[in-house]
Amino acid sequence: MMADLTQDPKASLEGAPVIDFDKFKPSRSFIASRKRKDLIMRVLIALAFVIALIPLISVLWTTLVNGLKRLNLNFLSFNMTGVVGGNPTPSGGYGGVFHAIIGTLEITFGAMVISIPIGLLCAVYLVEYAHGGKLAQTITLLVDVMSGIPSIVAGLFAFSMFTILVGPGSVNGFAGSVSLSLLMLPTVVKSSEEMLKIVPGDLREASYALGVTKQRTITKIVLRTALPGIVSGCILAIARVIGETAPLLMTAGYIASTNFNLFDGKMTTLPVYVFQEYSKLNANCPANATAACVTTIPMERSWAAALVLILIVLILNGIGRLVAKVFAVKSER
Amino acid sequence: MPAASGKTADKVFRVIAYACGILILVVLAAVFLFLLFRAWPLIGGNQADNSKTIADFTGGKANGFWQYVGPLLFGTVLVSALALLLSFPVSIGIALFISHYAPKKLATALSYVVDLLAAIPSVIYGLWGGLILVPAIYPFWNWVATYLGWIPLFAGPAANPSRTVATVAVVLAVMILPIITSLSRDIFLQTPRLQQEAALALGATKWEMVKLAVLPFGKSGVVSASMLGLGRALGETMAVLMILSPGLNYSFKLLQASQNQTIAANIAAQYPEANDLGVSVLIGTGLVLFLITFVVNYVARKITEKKVG
Repeated sequence: MMADLTQDPKASLEGAPVIDFDKFKPSRSFIASRKRKDLIMRVLIALAFVIALIPLISVLWTTLVNGLKRLNLNFLSFNMTGVVGGNPTPSGGYGGVFHAIIGTLEITFGAMVISIPIGLLCAVYLVEYAHGGKLAQTITLLVDVMSGIPSIVAGLFAFSMFTILVGPGSVNGFAGSVSLSLLMLPTVVKSSEEMLKIVPGDLREASYALGVTKQRTITKIVLRTALPGIVSGCILAIARVIGETAPLLMTAGYIASTNFNLFDGKMTTLPVYVFQEYSKLNANCPANATAACVTTIPMERSWAAALVLILIVLILNGIGRLVAKVFAVKSER
Repeated sequence: MPAASGKTADKVFRVIAYACGILILVVLAAVFLFLLFRAWPLIGGNQADNSKTIADFTGGKANGFWQYVGPLLFGTVLVSALALLLSFPVSIGIALFISHYAPKKLATALSYVVDLLAAIPSVIYGLWGGLILVPAIYPFWNWVATYLGWIPLFAGPAANPSRTVATVAVVLAVMILPIITSLSRDIFLQTPRLQQEAALALGATKWEMVKLAVLPFGKSGVVSASMLGLGRALGETMAVLMILSPGLNYSFKLLQASQNQTIAANIAAQYPEANDLGVSVLIGTGLVLFLITFVVNYVARKITEKKVG
């Protein structure tokens, strides 16, 4: 190239190969194919979303339609005692979920009482005390790993622990609480940790500068500032475990009557109720039964209980998000 | 006096916070140890009794523990892998849609929808799968078996009701979709803005920009997200229990009933009728499941950790 420049420009131009710059121009078909590909991917990506919407809408819609058939005050205020086959009970209903709602509330409350303080303090340790040490890294990693523990393993753990420590056959609501708290703990730690991290460092330093001890700074300044976020995280964690079935199947069991005592005897929860009714398939109606006898009643009860469960979960989710949004800490970022 | 008490409180609080941090480690160790203790008769007990219990469970099909857990493990991995295969492209598509294609207002709404999918309890997916999806999907599986039956995977005749591995995989795919979607979406959103704009400035179409800048950046995050999804699918109990018609074979016949069973669903199914030794056997299988999900989750988290650190 350099040599060419030193020569007579005209001569070099004549000898040089004529570069056809049009060759490098993208051909029309090439541009079209790129555009086509772009469009195809656009459509596929939008389609992926539609595909995901189908099951969501189907689940919510079928639960709503099938659940509303049997969801009434009677269903909510009676338990399953005195329910024989597909016959109506003396109260005029077909049995209900009162005992399951009580069980779900008590067991979930138990799980809350165990996991929220531990999870919160663990998050405090990770953010305020550990400063990214080796131990803290290990704990963070293991909390993440813990969030992947299958729920049935949590159930087996609580079951094994109670049979070994308390004695065989100890099926009670509290064992259910223990298994749920194992599932809830990582979520609580993670969300609290995130919330503590976004509390501005200036607040802590201002507090220390005034001579306030570390414990007071954490409880009165840091935790107070992060409170809405922590509350919202805990509510979402509750919403996650309130629908767990497998661990409660083996720890809390199933019973037809209402049990208010968390520490003694079997306890029915809503998800387990849904499953038990589903497993019954059909109810028996004797030949001389009246028209009020419904053979498909277990499925209908199952749907109605599922609707109650979904409503509870969705309301909890809504409250959690609302709390986070309304009382959000204004972070510096 | 107040100063002194403040110092004590300070120390006590510090100790409690440390204890709670360490408690996490203790709890994980306790999960492993309690399961091991309760499953001990399986390892240290009378082996003749063990093989008799297992033979009772399986109708004489298996005698040893590994003979028993082998097909279960195979079924678990098969169902989960299929679910991941179905869920992966859709999840990535949705994640890209939310992060790069949808307008901002729509994107927030769509994120809520994905979270909603995650919030629905598994027992409701099981109910929906068992009562709605199983009858609804039969014509499709039947069509697959008729026209694609020459592929061994889809060997017919398609079971009716289709309480098969294929149907379960579809439900599990729906269940792990929100996990993969939300994690990959977060990664995609972190793609450096300059790289994206550089790609566009060079004349790349939107898809080319995604291919050149977003996907390479998010690769490790996506891998980790799908492994977490896999971990979730491996441990899923209720949906499998309520839909699948179980069997204990090393079988790839996705459209036929009574071929496979998963560890988690097997525990829940056998547990109510198991005697003391039977429970030990089931907890032994649970221990295997625990170790597998632990490893999958650990590897998944390690991948992202490297990326961040």
